[in-house]
Amino acid sequence: MKYLLVEDNHELANAISSRLQIDGHVIDHADKILDAIAFSDTFEYDLVLLDIMLPDGDGRTFLKHHRDAQKDTPIIVLTARSQVSDRISMLDLGADDYVTKPFDHAELEARCRAVLRRKSGTAQTLLHFGDVTFDPVAGQLSVKNEIVNLRNRELRLFELLLNARGQIFSKQKLVDRLFSYDEDVSENAIEVYIGRLRKHLENTALTITTLRGLGYRLDHD
Amino acid sequence: MRSFIVLGLMLISFAAQANDWEDRQTFSGATPTKTLRILSSTDTSLFKSIIEGFLVENPDVSVEYLVTGTSDIDNIFRKSPNDFDLVISSAMDLQLKLVNDGFADKIDQINHPQWAQWRHSLFAFTIEPAAIVINKDAFAGYDIPQTRQDLIQALRARPDFFTNKLGTYDVRQSGLGFLFATQDARTSETYWRLMEVMGALDTRLYCCSGEMIDDLVSGKIAVAYNVLSSYANARKEIQDKIEVILPADFPTTMMRTILMSKTSENTVTGTEFIKHLLDIQSNSLAPAESLLPALVSAPSQQTISLEPALLTYLDALKRRNFITEWERAVIQ
Amino acid sequence: MTDTAFNTVQASGSLRKRLMITLIGGTAILALILFFIVRGYAAQIAQNGQDSILEASVSSILDAAILRDGSVEIDFPYASLSMLDTLEDDRVFYAIYQDDELLSGYATLPRPQSVTDRAAFETLVFQETPVRLASASRVLIGASERTEISVVVGQTQDALSGTLNSISRNVAAFGAGFFALVSLLSFWATATTINPLQRLANAVKRRGPQDLRPFDKAVPVEMVPLVSSLNTLMGRLDQSLTQSEDFIAEAAHRVRTPLATVRSYAETTLVRVTKSENRAALRSMIRAIDESSRAAGQLLDHAMITFRADHLDRQKIELVALVQELVTRLEPIAQMKDVELQLTAPLPVEISGDPILIQNAVRNIIDNALKYSPSDAVIIITVDAQDRPKIQVCDQGPGFPPDEIATLTNRFARGNNAKDIVGSGLGLTIAKDVVAAHDGTLEIFNHDKGGACAVLSF
Repeated sequence: MKYLLVEDNHELANAISSRLQIDGHVIDHADKILDAIAFSDTFEYDLVLLDIMLPDGDGRTFLKHHRDAQKDTPIIVLTARSQVSDRISMLDLGADDYVTKPFDHAELEARCRAVLRRKSGTAQTLLHFGDVTFDPVAGQLSVKNEIVNLRNRELRLFELLLNARGQIFSKQKLVDRLFSYDEDVSENAIEVYIGRLRKHLENTALTITTLRGLGYRLDHD
Repeated sequence: MRSFIVLGLMLISFAAQANDWEDRQTFSGATPTKTLRILSSTDTSLFKSIIEGFLVENPDVSVEYLVTGTSDIDNIFRKSPNDFDLVISSAMDLQLKLVNDGFADKIDQINHPQWAQWRHSLFAFTIEPAAIVINKDAFAGYDIPQTRQDLIQALRARPDFFTNKLGTYDVRQSGLGFLFATQDARTSETYWRLMEVMGALDTRLYCCSGEMIDDLVSGKIAVAYNVLSSYANARKEIQDKIEVILPADFPTTMMRTILMSKTSENTVTGTEFIKHLLDIQSNSLAPAESLLPALVSAPSQQTISLEPALLTYLDALKRRNFITEWERAVIQ
Repeated sequence: MTDTAFNTVQASGSLRKRLMITLIGGTAILALILFFIVRGYAAQIAQNGQDSILEASVSSILDAAILRDGSVEIDFPYASLSMLDTLEDDRVFYAIYQDDELLSGYATLPRPQSVTDRAAFETLVFQETPVRLASASRVLIGASERTEISVVVGQTQDALSGTLNSISRNVAAFGAGFFALVSLLSFWATATTINPLQRLANAVKRRGPQDLRPFDKAVPVEMVPLVSSLNTLMGRLDQSLTQSEDFIAEAAHRVRTPLATVRSYAETTLVRVTKSENRAALRSMIRAIDESSRAAGQLLDHAMITFRADHLDRQKIELVALVQELVTRLEPIAQMKDVELQLTAPLPVEISGDPILIQNAVRNIIDNALKYSPSDAVIIITVDAQDRPKIQVCDQGPGFPPDEIATLTNRFARGNNAKDIVGSGLGLTIAKDVVAAHDGTLEIFNHDKGGACAVLSF
């Protein structure tokens, strides 16, 4: 995914960028509104993360410009303001969602996913793996033409493994990605989710392989 | 203590008895429980029918009717106002003075014309002119005098005939005579000339109209001056012998009045009586029940007004002056 | 600083009443004064009339006095007393003295003392009646003697008081008419005077608490100081409100942005390190950051809520839509934890209130529920208007510690089972303050089947 991050605080921008890059996203960073407008006019982005207080004006100016240009790139506002004061006007001006600083990365990720799903419901890019079909946008898994109801964490685990097929994920890495830091879970909890996912993928072209001492890997026949 | 009261009562009744009444009659209703005492200068005969009419309507009353002269009435009533309920008199001045001096009770519920009442206390119930009454025989073949001036000339024409044959009130005794005299004198100087002429002819002096009329009928006198016409007219049997002349120059006219004593204990009955009297007398069409002249509506110029000026000749100095002058003219 | 201190203004009397009472009372006093003055004046004129007749009577008697041969003769005319005739037939008294010896008349009649040689007048009681008396005297000089004649003439005052009574009645009627007319005028004048005040009051009342524009309508001169102070006050209030809001926003921004930076770095680092003691350290760090940012956030929220609650901006709100929006917004977080948010709202529920405050309160309650919910749990949110409009949020978490339910909504109180969970302890306080500002209640209890419930009633 390609993100545009509009944030005047360089430290924070760096921190957010590096965290998003870990998840494999590409980040462009603008530190003022003029730059942000230039970026968004030049490139296509999947998502814009917009800080609301910028040195050359209010983030709302960008929002207005963005919507006036009839762009449908979803925008998530990063606000440091009190939840009570700014929220309504931002949503009125066309932001899709907002997170309040400081934010939990997991929450940001969840919101990004939710926004993206809402926005591009029609853009069908189904992934086929033999008799397994996955709709990454809707987050829907079908096995032998039957929809499988995945819980949120099962889905996220599947997405994680699917996006890096053949790559080994340690248990610890999976815990970091699936759970919020404050959920005090042991690495064994991962085994439960891996077990559930394996059950769904039984007798399909996709297999989750356990590499003892190293972790897990999704293989495609 | 009790004996004193008894003695006191006896003395009072004795005093009342002691008066020399001209007439004294008691009229009783069917069931008398209270007595109305009327002190009056009007002859009983003239009032009888009125009292009897009243008693028919008020059977629980008896009326004691006491008759005396107008001056006596004033004296008696002033001395013992408690003894009488009603006072009737032809001496308007004395009556008015009684009211002015606070002897009369105010009766607001009686509605009487303003000119015929004073302070709602003194009510007039007749209008009666003073008249010259002559013996017709004495004037046979002569002009009947119509004015005082005529009379003066008639007297001067036959002084010998008229000497000792004239009569008028003794103003020293008769309150009404004094009233007529003072009002005459007030109106015209003719009065004094007439008095001088009459005085020169040795006029007889009377206390009352009744005697004067009697003497006139008997021929003892030929002319009576200032007689109440009503008295003369009331006696039907003598009408062929006398003639009643209302002086054409000015007929002095008086009103008979009634008042209720302030100390009367029979105020309700007294008020009823006055109402009864006024009802009858105010009916100008010849009152059937009454021999008295009615109270006709419009009073003439010569009618003596009920006003405080009536006190004038009752003033001691004025009275003394007037009597002196009168005596100088009449007695000589 | 509470709402009631501002809303219960002490009323001391009404301007309208005061004005009416002053005007009508003043009129009544004026009418009374007028009555007594006119009556007094009329009495004086009437008395003067009676006095002049009495004086004429006295002098006509005096004029008639002559000395003849050493003795006094007074042949006073009929008119002397005739002139005293009145419509009410007043009683007449007189007395004539020669050198203080009664010549004629009423011996007991009191004699006004003549100070000058002019006639003296006095009202005295004679025969239990007030009698107006006039007296004068005259010296007669004869050949060899000299004597003083004095005359007193008195008259009762029936006609005079009759005249006075009729004058009094007329003046009283006039006074009453005057009073009635002025009373009507007072009503009118009061209404005219009070109307601008009323209009201003209505204009102030019609405005919402957010409308702090100055009043620009023309007002009477006397009200200019009031309105200009009001405008100044509103200007200052507007400024300070704006400043307060800006300050809170700025404070939040200043605190949160660096915290966000640190947190993001920490999280990024956490992903990269593998050594478990390093990871534990980073996790504690993140937790500490969250604690402080959340505390700061809620403190600021609380400040904002207190601030807004003081001048509540009431609007019509549909509670179901409001809660639905919140649920939608919190859905991603719930999903993250595999928690289901279940909203049951059969019918729309309308109340009047401040939407931002209510949203914040409900959000805090649902946030709490989310925090304490285990994975795969359901949070049941119910909005209905049975009895009162209310929002109920029940989770399947551990529930409130039973012995602390009473104190949990106090500031910074946290359940002793919340040690592992990030929180400032202000969430319930904020919710409670918000419902209290809307005259509602916050009720918290544990569900029979386990889990905590919070009910916001309006």
